[in-house]
Amino acid sequence: METRIIKAQEITDTVKKLFTDCNYFIGDDILSALKNAYNTEENETAKSVLSQIIENDNLAAEEEIPMCQDTGMAVLFVEYGDKVAINGDFEQAVQEGVRKAYIDGYLRKSVVDDPVFERINTKDNTPAIIHTKIVPGDKIKFTAGGKGFGSENMSAVKMLTPSYGVEGVKSFILDTVKTAGPNPCPPIVVGVGIGGTFERAAQLAKKATFRRIDTENPDSRYADLERELLDEINKMGFGPAGLGGKTCALGVNIETSPTHIAGMPVAVNICCHAARHKSAEI
Amino acid sequence: MKKITLPLKDEDIKNLKAGESVLLSGALITGRDAAHKRLFELAEKGESLPVDIAGETIYYVGPAPAKPGYAVGPAGPTSSYRMDKYTPKLLDMGLKGMIGKGIRNSEVKEAIVRNRAVYFAAIGGAAALIAKSIKKTEPICYEDLGTESIRRYYVEDFPCVVAVDCNGNDVYDK
Repeated sequence: METRIIKAQEITDTVKKLFTDCNYFIGDDILSALKNAYNTEENETAKSVLSQIIENDNLAAEEEIPMCQDTGMAVLFVEYGDKVAINGDFEQAVQEGVRKAYIDGYLRKSVVDDPVFERINTKDNTPAIIHTKIVPGDKIKFTAGGKGFGSENMSAVKMLTPSYGVEGVKSFILDTVKTAGPNPCPPIVVGVGIGGTFERAAQLAKKATFRRIDTENPDSRYADLERELLDEINKMGFGPAGLGGKTCALGVNIETSPTHIAGMPVAVNICCHAARHKSAEI
Repeated sequence: MKKITLPLKDEDIKNLKAGESVLLSGALITGRDAAHKRLFELAEKGESLPVDIAGETIYYVGPAPAKPGYAVGPAGPTSSYRMDKYTPKLLDMGLKGMIGKGIRNSEVKEAIVRNRAVYFAAIGGAAALIAKSIKKTEPICYEDLGTESIRRYYVEDFPCVVAVDCNGNDVYDK
């Protein structure tokens, strides 16, 4: 395969569109899960909350405005083909796309430069968090999402050890969701990363929140676990907006990775109902 | 649905019950993390605040920018617990109402009861829809904070649920 040249401008344009689109247009998987939940709920408040969320998401798409004021910290998973050469600077091209999306697209600028001391807003929502993986091929695939921090703050990582087994994994996930309760804008999407190292588990959990909720883990044992956890979470009763009801989560997605003989790290990344992500390949 | 006018009247607060849906109309102020920190630090030093919070209702919000032709950008509530550290002090200084989302700690609930105040929850993530009930906004202070600045909002039929009433009943406990 020959080297393929991709212009930096094409990367910038692609990234810009991914971030405006994901903030304006909710995925059809989420919308259909919200509609199902509306039909399942009997509680009047729960029904009313879900109908307002559905109305909100339709309104945002119609008017091309963000569905939530927290348009997130920009996160990208990039699969970068090893036969691609960039005419320009890759990192700068991506950050420029984020900058343009947040400024031209009327998205909120929510990033501060220093986490502890001055906390001055960078005014263009950069820097984005970019996870890059080199893959065979001559294309670049981007999966991008704006991650709101109401739900991000409710996430957790725990270094479980092998003897905890599947029961230990389940209780950590359920405890994390229960502790989060009404805060992360339920109904939530729960992204779980199991295995790898401390940081790999967290990265997988984020990746899991960027997977459609109408898909399942290809390993049937994990697919069963996804369904079982979703049932357990929905029995918790905090419901839409935490005001009570049967719908606490819309989906549970699990991603796994090989790990060390001594470890079984588990990360739970909670995402609000505005679970925003879009993909594009160039 | 019960309609409530802002600023809140003691009589109205007394009759609000946790779990009840209400529509709020009138004037409120906005403020979230960074603005609360500044107000709190001034109050701790005994200095006067750049906004008189007595009798006010504060909405925990940091809106997205408004597109041309809009009064405000999407403007849903942010998580209230992050304001818990600062809230009892502000309630003791006369703040009457708060609008946010999610649970409050026991110190906040005690301060709500002590001051006969109320905490409302708006629907997190319904920001585009909520913006429709915000008719006009004006700057008050801390404009350097951008989306976190304190502004005056004039709202009409802003849908909320009473989350903690003046007797300390909490909708999230149910």
